[in-house]
Amino acid sequence: MNVSDLTVLKQAGVTPDSTLSGVVSMRGNIIGMTQAAEVAVLRPKETGAFPHDLRAAIAARVARLAGDETLAAYYVSDAGQYAALAVPGEPDIQHEELAVVLSFVDKIANQTRDAAGDDISGLQAAGIADADIVRLCELVAFLAFQIRVISGLRLMNGKNK
Amino acid sequence: MTRIVHKFTRRVPEWRPRLEPVKLEEATREQLDALRVTPSNTKVSDYVLTLAHDVESLSVRSPLFNAIMYDRGGMSREERELGALAASMVNRCIYCAAVHADRHAKLAKDNSVTDELFANGDKADLSPRNRAIFDFARKAAEAPPSAGPEDIDKLSRVGLSDEEIFDLILSSSLFGWANRLMHVLGDPVGRKETV
Repeated sequence: MNVSDLTVLKQAGVTPDSTLSGVVSMRGNIIGMTQAAEVAVLRPKETGAFPHDLRAAIAARVARLAGDETLAAYYVSDAGQYAALAVPGEPDIQHEELAVVLSFVDKIANQTRDAAGDDISGLQAAGIADADIVRLCELVAFLAFQIRVISGLRLMNGKNK
Repeated sequence: MTRIVHKFTRRVPEWRPRLEPVKLEEATREQLDALRVTPSNTKVSDYVLTLAHDVESLSVRSPLFNAIMYDRGGMSREERELGALAASMVNRCIYCAAVHADRHAKLAKDNSVTDELFANGDKADLSPRNRAIFDFARKAAEAPPSAGPEDIDKLSRVGLSDEEIFDLILSSSLFGWANRLMHVLGDPVGRKETV
């Protein structure tokens, strides 16, 4: 495994030849597929309604909602014209059309249990295509996974030091 | 009449999408590949057809899911199911909780752990090892995640190896992903009773 190319290991500060690196290398296939999943949701070939820079801004926003400023900084560097969206709570008059998308993102990221039929019909009413709703969910859902793998690895890293 | 299921159960409901799944007859070559549709296997669930809208994610996610839940070594399958169940209970994904409580009960050949969890939630009476596993997975699933060094120490104290702890991190985190698809994109509905 090349640690510097693997976001979860790099973010968690797992160094080559460390005890923890030995533990996670048993699941090297999973770490590799996690990286492929990041590419599939952040930088897909078929972007639908969400170009790569907007996806990076949403990722930074979700990382920040989870309290992970380091991961947020990693994503915001690719957010380009959408970088302002990475700050939750700040209305962005430049991208007003994204308000309904962003409130959906915030709810699915941190109030998952409250998700209801209205959340999907609200996106449909705002003109978001069904395929784009699935793309948006996969992005937020993958980030929930990645954030928690990083957070768990950081805890393990602290224990092994 | 179908009824949305709101209470935790081991009886696996049906899953009804809140949006239009991909129609198999209109699927692209790439979608058919990701769905593994072959002339002898044309039965695909509405859930997978819904996810086929984002075929790049689906293609990566299915093998990743299987590796985390089923690859050999490390944590037992039964305990990985407990990690999946804890996350699904935090996110109130009734469908995921049913599937993984049912798998846990079958692997353990024992309903008592999942009966106890569904009856008493966080206050369930569990063995020290199951208690440590459930507590870590539950806190890790919260948003933001709230598991701390003391939760990891507890896992070591009840005898989990580092390899098992990492498998638990993976299985509970994976359901942070799965719950945000299943619980968001569809409803769990009661199966029609057969007369």
